[in-house]
Amino acid sequence: MSSFGVFEMESQRQIIERLRAAFQSGVTAPLQFRLTQLKSLLSLLEDNEPQILEALQKDLAKPKFEAVLSEIDMVVNDLCYTINSLPTWIQPSYVGKNLATKLDDCFVRREPLGVVLIIGAWNYPLQLILAPLIGAIAAGNCAILKPSEISRATERLLAQLIPKYLSQECFAVICGGAEETKSLLENRFDHIFYTGSQAVARSILQAAAVHLTPVTLELGGKCPCLIYGRLDMLAAAKRLVWSKFFNAGQSCVAPDYVLCTPEMREELLPAIAKALSIFYGSQPKQSEDFSRIVTDRHWDRLMALLGKTQGRVVMGGEGSKEDKYFAPTVVVDLDGSDALMQEEIFGPIMPILTIESLEQGITFINQREKPLALYVFSDESQVVNMVLERTSSGGFCSNDGIVHMTLPGLPFGGVGASGMGSYHGRWTFETFSHRRGCMLRGWGLERISMLRYPPYTESNLSWLRWATSAKKKSWGVCSVM
Amino acid sequence: MEKQAVDGARRAFNSGRSRPLQYRKQQLSALLRLIRERQAEIVSALKRDISRSEFDTPIFELIGIENDIKLAERNLADWMAPQPVKKTLLTITDDVYIKAEPLGVVLIIGAWNYPWSLTLRPLVGAIAAGNAAVVKPSEVSKSSASLLKELLPQYLDTEMYPVVTGGVPETQELLKQRFDHIFYTGNSTVGKLVMEAAARHLAPVTLELGGKSPCYIDKDCDIAVACRRITWGKFANCGQTCIAPDYILCHPNIQHRVIEEIRQTLLEFYGEDPKTSPDYGRIINQHHFDRLLALIEGCTVAVGGESDKSQCYITPTILKDVLPHARIMQEEIFGPVLPIVTAGDVNEVIRFINERPKPLALYVFSSNKKVVRRMLNETTSGGVLVNDVMVHYTINALPFGGVGNSGVGRYHGKHTFDQLSHHRACLIKSLAMERLNMARYPPMTPSRLRTSMFFLRSRSGSCDQALRAWAVVSSLLALALLISLLVVLLRDSNIAA
Repeated sequence: MSSFGVFEMESQRQIIERLRAAFQSGVTAPLQFRLTQLKSLLSLLEDNEPQILEALQKDLAKPKFEAVLSEIDMVVNDLCYTINSLPTWIQPSYVGKNLATKLDDCFVRREPLGVVLIIGAWNYPLQLILAPLIGAIAAGNCAILKPSEISRATERLLAQLIPKYLSQECFAVICGGAEETKSLLENRFDHIFYTGSQAVARSILQAAAVHLTPVTLELGGKCPCLIYGRLDMLAAAKRLVWSKFFNAGQSCVAPDYVLCTPEMREELLPAIAKALSIFYGSQPKQSEDFSRIVTDRHWDRLMALLGKTQGRVVMGGEGSKEDKYFAPTVVVDLDGSDALMQEEIFGPIMPILTIESLEQGITFINQREKPLALYVFSDESQVVNMVLERTSSGGFCSNDGIVHMTLPGLPFGGVGASGMGSYHGRWTFETFSHRRGCMLRGWGLERISMLRYPPYTESNLSWLRWATSAKKKSWGVCSVM
Repeated sequence: MEKQAVDGARRAFNSGRSRPLQYRKQQLSALLRLIRERQAEIVSALKRDISRSEFDTPIFELIGIENDIKLAERNLADWMAPQPVKKTLLTITDDVYIKAEPLGVVLIIGAWNYPWSLTLRPLVGAIAAGNAAVVKPSEVSKSSASLLKELLPQYLDTEMYPVVTGGVPETQELLKQRFDHIFYTGNSTVGKLVMEAAARHLAPVTLELGGKSPCYIDKDCDIAVACRRITWGKFANCGQTCIAPDYILCHPNIQHRVIEEIRQTLLEFYGEDPKTSPDYGRIINQHHFDRLLALIEGCTVAVGGESDKSQCYITPTILKDVLPHARIMQEEIFGPVLPIVTAGDVNEVIRFINERPKPLALYVFSSNKKVVRRMLNETTSGGVLVNDVMVHYTINALPFGGVGNSGVGRYHGKHTFDQLSHHRACLIKSLAMERLNMARYPPMTPSRLRTSMFFLRSRSGSCDQALRAWAVVSSLLALALLISLLVVLLRDSNIAA
C-alpha cells in the first residue's frame, strides 16, 4: 500500500527522492513555512476530532477520555508549546566570549538534518507518530511517516489526512508492514526515529549504521514500581491502578510489576480491589472506560503468559477473545524467574512480588535492564531518594505513574536497553536539529595570530600557552586565544 | 584480556565509587598532573610517532585536555546538580527536574593523528560524568599507545580506567563486549563497523569522523592573511588533522594569487627545504605515504610534489585546476597536499559543497557579509569557521562534532559530560492533593474531562485566547491602580506642601 494523495503510484524511493529535492530547495528552512505547517497540523487535529476518536475506538476500543487526554491533547499541547517557542529556539545561542575573541562571534546554530523517518507504534498510534513530527517540522526537516500497520484504522486516517493538511512536497505517509519497513530502511535518511520493541530496534540500528544515520529509539522494558515505607495506601493504589490499567496496560511507561513487603501486600490488595471497583465497576467488561487488547495475537500472548505463570491469580484472569477483552488481573506469589518476569507484559496483568527490604528491592531492579520508567510510592523522602540515587532509568516518578511524560520541560526517553535519545517539547526540536558550532573571525589581530606560525620559538610558545590556557579569574574561568 | 579489562571496569563501576563528586575531581586532577609532569615524555613519543614538532604538541594536544579538565573541576558540582524545569498547573507543588547520571562503562577508541587529545578529552568527560572507561589508543601511533598504557595506571584508578592496546583483532574483541556508550574517533568505514557492533547491545555511540572540509576563498577578502592562515592549518601535523582545510574553492581569476601567497608563506614557515625544518612533520607510515602519492598522480602540481620514501616525507604540495571527479577529490586527503578547484561564483560553490557528503568543518574567507550569510544558511557542516581555520576547535563552549557522514554526537567542555551522561527526567510528587487527581480517574464524565483538560493544557499564549485577554486586562488594572496611587501621593504631598 503506497501513500495516498496525488502521488499515488510512487515507489518508496521516488517519494524519498522527491522529499530530498524539496529539502534541498530550501523550502522547509524559513520560520514562516515551519509555523504554517505546524498550525496546519493543529487544524488537522481540531477539524477531525470525531474521526480520530472513532479510529482509536476501532483500533483499541480506546475510551474517549483516554483518547482525548493521552492522544489528542498531548499532541495539541506540544504543538502550541512549539509554535510559541519556535521563534526563540531557532535563534543562534551565543557562547562565552573571552579576551581575544571579543572581536569574534562564537555561536551555535540549530540546522535541519534533511529527510527524516518516523516509525510509529500501535499503542498510542496518533501521539507516537505526531509528537516526533512536531519537532521534525519545527527543526526544518522533511519527514516520512510510517505508522504502525497494527493500528489499522489510525494508519488509514493518517494516510488520508496528512496529505490534506501538510505540504505534499515535504511530508509523506508510507504504509505497510515488516517487508515495507525493511525496504524503507535500505534508503539513507538523516535521522530515524523509532518507537517500538528492542528486537526491531536492533535491526533498525544496524540498517542505520550502513549510512551512519543517527537514531532515536523509544523502546520499553519492565518498569518497576516499588511500594515501601509509610504511605496513604488507597491514594497510592488509585494512582497505581490508573497508570497500570490505562489503555489496558498497553503503555511503554505503565508500571510493569510491583515490589513490596508481604505486610504491605496485605494492605495493597484490598486497596487495588477498591480502586478497580471505583474505576471500572464490578464488571470491567461493561465499563466504557476500560480498553481492549489491540489484536488477537497480542491477546493470545497475554493469555499464554498467564497460563505459564507459577503465581496465583487473585483478581481478574478472565477474558474474551471475540472482543479482545482482558480483565484487570493481579498475580501474586511469584519470583524473578517467573514467565511474567521475562518480558515486558504490555497488558492488564499486574504481578506483585514481595521483598524483605528496600535494599533487596533495589538489588532486584539493578540486576535487570535499565527500564524506561521507575516508580516509587512512599511518603518517606529518604526512601524515594535512596531509590533515585541507587538506580537508573529513562525517567523517574515518585507517588504517581505515567504523568512525568506529560510535562513539556522533561525529556522523554530511555537509557540502555530502554532506548537512546529523548523528545517532547524542546527536546524533539533538538533531536531533529544539528547543532553547528560557528566562529566568525575578523582580519585584525593578525599580530596575535602570528604567534602560532612557524618557525616556532620558545618565546612564542610561552606567549601562546599563556594566551590559550584557561585561567581562573574571580568571576570564572576564561580562555584567551 | 580485553574481556577481563571490561569486566573489571564494570565491577569497579558497580561498586559505586566513581559517582561521588570528590572521586571524580580527584581523578581529573590526577590526569592533569599526568599531562603536566610527563610532558617531556609525551613530546618524545609524538616525535617518534609522527615527527611532531615539540612546539605543536602543547598547543594542539595538551592545552585542550588541560582546559577541559579545569572547566570540569570548576563546574562539576553545578553540572551534577538537578536542573529544574517548567511545570504545569497540576504539578505546581511537585519537584520537576532533570538529573545527569553516569551511563556505566564507556569504550573510548582513539586515533593516531592526535593520540593524546583524541583519547584523553573523551576520558575527561567520561570521568566527569561518573563512568568507568576502557581506553583503547590507536596502535598506529605506537609510542604514544605504549606510553599511555604505562602512564595512566600510575595516576588513575587502574580498575576503573584500564588501557587496552592492540590492533584490529583486539579492537574487534573489545567491540563484542557490552558497553553503555562507545566513543570512536577515526574514519567512516570503521565508524560504520563500530555502530553496527554497538547495535547488537543497543549501545549509543559518538562517532568523530572526517571527510573533506572545504575551504572557500572569496574574491572579496584579505587574500594574504587568508592564505597565511590556511597554510598554517593545512600543513600543521603534516596535514593529518580531521579539520584541516582539505581543498580550496576559489574563482579562477584569483587562483594564481592564492598559489603565490601560499608559496610565499611556506617559505616563511618552513624555509627553502621543509625537510630540514624542525617544524615540519612526516607522514605517519608507509601505507599513508603511498596512498598520498597515488592521489597526487595525474594532477597538475603548482608547488612541491617531491617526496622521500625513506623518511615518509612529502613536501608541502599545491595542486591547481583540479577537476571535481579527480581521485583526490573522492576521499579525505589527510596529508600535506592542497588541491585547488575553481568555481565561478558563490552559487556554484554552494552547489558543489551540497552535492557532497556533509563535512566536519567548513571554512569561508570573505569580507562580504552577504556571502558569509549565504554560506551559513545554505550549507551545513559539523562546524563552520569564517576567516580562519581550525581555531574553533579551541573554544570548548562550542560543540565539536560532525553531521551526516562526518559523524554522530558532539563533545568538548561540558558537551562531553552531557554526551556521556544520561539525563534522567524526575518528577517527585507526594500522595497528598488527591482531590486534584480525582478528575483523571474513571468513571468518566464530561465535566471530569473538562477539569482534567484545564489542568493539563499547556499555558502558552496564542492557543489560549482567554488567558491572553486576562493578562491584558489585569495589566491595565494594575496600571490604573498605580496611576491612582501616584495621583493620591502627589495630591497628599501638595497638600503637605
